[in-house]
Amino acid sequence: MLHVGSLEKVRLNINGHNRWVTIKASERLIDVLRNRLGYTGCKPGCLNGDCGACTVLVDGVPMKSCMMLAPQVVGKAITTIEGLEGTDVQKAFIEHNAFQCGYCTPGFIMNIEGLLAKHRHADEAIIEDWLQSNICRCTSYQEMKAAIQDVLHKRDQNHEELE
Amino acid sequence: MLANIEAMMTLPSHKSLEEPSFLNHFSVHALPLEARWERLVIVISHVFKHTHLMTLFFWQKRVMRVEWVGQNVIRKDAWDKVTGRAKFAADTMTMDTLFAALVTSPYAHAKILQVDVSQAEAVPGVIKVVTGEDIDILVGEGIRDRPILAKDKVRYYGEPIAVVIADSPDTARLAAPFVKAAFLPLPVVNSPQEAIQAQAPLVHEHLDTYYTPKHLRPIPGTNIAHHVKIRKGEADKKLPSCPVIYESRVSFPPSDHCAMETRTATVEIRPDGTVCVESSSQVPFIIKSLFSELFDIPQDKIVVTTPLVGGGYGGKSAVQLEFIAYIASRAVGGQKVMLTNRREEDFVTSPVHIGLDATVTIGCDDTGRFIAMKISYLFDGGAYSDKAVDICRAAAIDCTGPYRVDHVFCDAYCLYTNHPYPTAFRGFGHPELTYAVERCIDGLAEKLAMDPTVLRKKNLIQPGDTTPTQSLLNKSRIGNLTACLEKVKALIRWDEGDRIETENHTIRAKGVSCFWKTSNIGPNVSSGALLVFNKDGTVHLDCGVVEIGTGSRSVLAQIAAERLGIDVKDIHVDMTIKTTTTPEHYKTVASRGLWMAGRAVLRAADDALSQLFQIASQVLRVSPDDLRAEGGFIFYKHEPRKRLSFRELAHGYRYPNGNTIGGQVIGRGSFVLPKLTFLDPDTGKGDPGPDWTVGAEAVEVEFNPKDDTYKILRAACVIDAGTIINPMYAEGQVRGGMHMGLSFASREGFVFTKDGIVMNNQFRTYKVLRYGENPEYLVDFVQTPSMETAYGLRGIGEHGVIGMPAALAASLSKASGVFINELPIIPELIWRLKRGR
Ligand code: FES
Ligand code: FES
Repeated sequence: MLHVGSLEKVRLNINGHNRWVTIKASERLIDVLRNRLGYTGCKPGCLNGDCGACTVLVDGVPMKSCMMLAPQVVGKAITTIEGLEGTDVQKAFIEHNAFQCGYCTPGFIMNIEGLLAKHRHADEAIIEDWLQSNICRCTSYQEMKAAIQDVLHKRDQNHEELE
Repeated sequence: MLANIEAMMTLPSHKSLEEPSFLNHFSVHALPLEARWERLVIVISHVFKHTHLMTLFFWQKRVMRVEWVGQNVIRKDAWDKVTGRAKFAADTMTMDTLFAALVTSPYAHAKILQVDVSQAEAVPGVIKVVTGEDIDILVGEGIRDRPILAKDKVRYYGEPIAVVIADSPDTARLAAPFVKAAFLPLPVVNSPQEAIQAQAPLVHEHLDTYYTPKHLRPIPGTNIAHHVKIRKGEADKKLPSCPVIYESRVSFPPSDHCAMETRTATVEIRPDGTVCVESSSQVPFIIKSLFSELFDIPQDKIVVTTPLVGGGYGGKSAVQLEFIAYIASRAVGGQKVMLTNRREEDFVTSPVHIGLDATVTIGCDDTGRFIAMKISYLFDGGAYSDKAVDICRAAAIDCTGPYRVDHVFCDAYCLYTNHPYPTAFRGFGHPELTYAVERCIDGLAEKLAMDPTVLRKKNLIQPGDTTPTQSLLNKSRIGNLTACLEKVKALIRWDEGDRIETENHTIRAKGVSCFWKTSNIGPNVSSGALLVFNKDGTVHLDCGVVEIGTGSRSVLAQIAAERLGIDVKDIHVDMTIKTTTTPEHYKTVASRGLWMAGRAVLRAADDALSQLFQIASQVLRVSPDDLRAEGGFIFYKHEPRKRLSFRELAHGYRYPNGNTIGGQVIGRGSFVLPKLTFLDPDTGKGDPGPDWTVGAEAVEVEFNPKDDTYKILRAACVIDAGTIINPMYAEGQVRGGMHMGLSFASREGFVFTKDGIVMNNQFRTYKVLRYGENPEYLVDFVQTPSMETAYGLRGIGEHGVIGMPAALAASLSKASGVFINELPIIPELIWRLKRGR
């Protein structure tokens, strides 16, 4: 149990690695990831839960890391954008021009990874529901929609081939 | 992952000339003469089926050639951006960094009685607190009217009054509220309309004491920061006698850019006086020159670094936090200080998107031909005039929209108010002026009982016409707007009707808007490029265009690859700009990235080629004139087998015995916009920009008359983009612009209390379009090559945004039956207008 204000060493599981890190109980997950561990892929956009730029996966579920305290994730598996290695979503983002400045991109990608893991055949209503938690200011979302459709489509094809 | 990267790099379909569509690629006219001739030979070779020997030679040669202009080459920062490796300004934190937090004003207009920093300085971890009292200079890009931190009085809600420097971001933030300031509230100027009244409170009492550049004309004793006059023909005489006259007003409040990356500046002052600035900025070179002028530092002692920028849209073209971080660093002995905006500060403390009150009167004949226009623009210049004065000028220059009007009378005022101060926003005065003019045209069309597209078409500006500033247009300067309008009508299916009542008791309605824009940048600004060769013949491209999301730095590599005749994969582009080594590009604004840097890159490529030819000519013992470059080789044109690779030449050629000639090949090029002039202060006559990008847009909505809600179904845009270098990114830019325009028009804008306090400075209360709220976007192009630019391209970065507010308002006016002339168009506005409130 951590006490407010005191510094303590905890072990966090990030992208499959165990990382020991000294934190304050009052520290937000986003600050520990960025400032103490160098996972700068998770971005501050509002620090208020409004924009989704800071999204990471906690036990596979997309969470806004600005809305969690670091002690809440001890013992859980964190995945940041740095933990993805050439996934279909990343490739589709490139192929469909689903980003420009790229600042919102890690948050969107993590959200989509979480979404597609939970809903293997997500329909447009589900996708909309999930993705409305993030903001992109450069693209028109039409590109992102095409990227997600592409991933789902390829997934269906692979599925058929396996059957 | 490496394998993936490889796979992605080959994504573009390298079209060989065997593809029959190759000629459609881009217009032959856009090519240099020699290339045109070669292309002609290929055409002939098609015709004669390669029977002629010489043709055969060219044919084979050209088949090897990859064309990079017109290809969807993947941007160079793509993999960094989807893996989180891309670094933005706030991502690099070093152990020696101190952190700053702003203390901001809770009032829009108030006298500062006292600022007490003692409690804040007592917070453990706080190193220093700096206030306006500690600084004695005023800053501003034009008129120097702004204290770096407020002094004596505050002029807008959110204005910085002090900065706390501490050993961690949290401590700085924690201590900020302990800075205790006492204020005496003053009467507030809450709109440009109020500002121009004779009895209005003054935002700046000492306007006459500020340093003011010659071309700006503030009027002391008033709230007028600048006044631009356009006088063409005899509008005041002609207008009253026009057979048909229509007048309309529009008004909208300031809003925000909302780049997802909030602004950041880090400053360190080295022991030898060198000032190092790292900033999320669209204007690193302006930071350098302003620092030099204001703080009297030689330019060689200023190093500005700008990594990838997380969205700009004009908002990061203002210099503000950099000054504060510099003052902060100076106060702590030059230690490195990082200042990052919270979202709430990014909304209101840093510069915003300008607001406008406008009145437009059009006089035309019975057939709808425009005769005269009278226009008044009252821009909400906010508390400080920084860029607002130039936005005001830009709107005046193109005040009529893209129409032929022989008699123009325009007064554009930039007014001080107690609102957050504006800076450039995508379109720079044009989405604003377009809203005012296009609404008036729609009103006029209704009065004339004419189809609004027919009325527009009748009046579209053409080659041979002159602009409001009396610039004479030709085809290269103005492109083909008629074709854009026709195409956009087809895309939106205009002819099926612009108002259709559906079975569900909703109304589907459409609206259109035309637009134009020139660049409005100084007549003497330049853009440079460097191509530095590696030993293996690969090339490093550097230029001063900031990567703010547009992909320009990558597209410039396509231009270089095309000219050098090498694979774009062999051109490396760094995304970070460092003003000590990167050639200057004035500002990454005004859709001038590819326009100007494209020319600089062509020159750099030609310079590099001439160096390669020089070395090769000695080795091959032929004249440099008889050499050609293709596929990474320099060869003798009459005997192509006599050739040397770039690799053999890039760092000088070494003979078998060790003798070496030539050295590293470094191509350099720079470019200045030719023949621009200042404007005449009394009539506005002059040449403000090199060309106008034109286009037409349309929106279709489904409106529910019961509750005044609506859904935007489709939005279309057709731009005359000249030659398109990278179609995928060009379309993406345009769609992104349209999206931003619709978001602005449908829901954005600051809500002020009567005391000038901004009520919505968070994404919870300031709404932007989210995923799925967007319509279907339809984008197409007309391609009239520019004669001035690399391969005939045109600037298109901003333009998608320009006509969207007007087109949305037109469609909703049609649907609801009320004339919508405000923004944002939320259902409550329609409800209010319907009831005449
Ligand atoms: S930074 Fe976490 S939601 Fe915006
Ligand atoms: S890519 Fe810039 S905010 Fe989404």
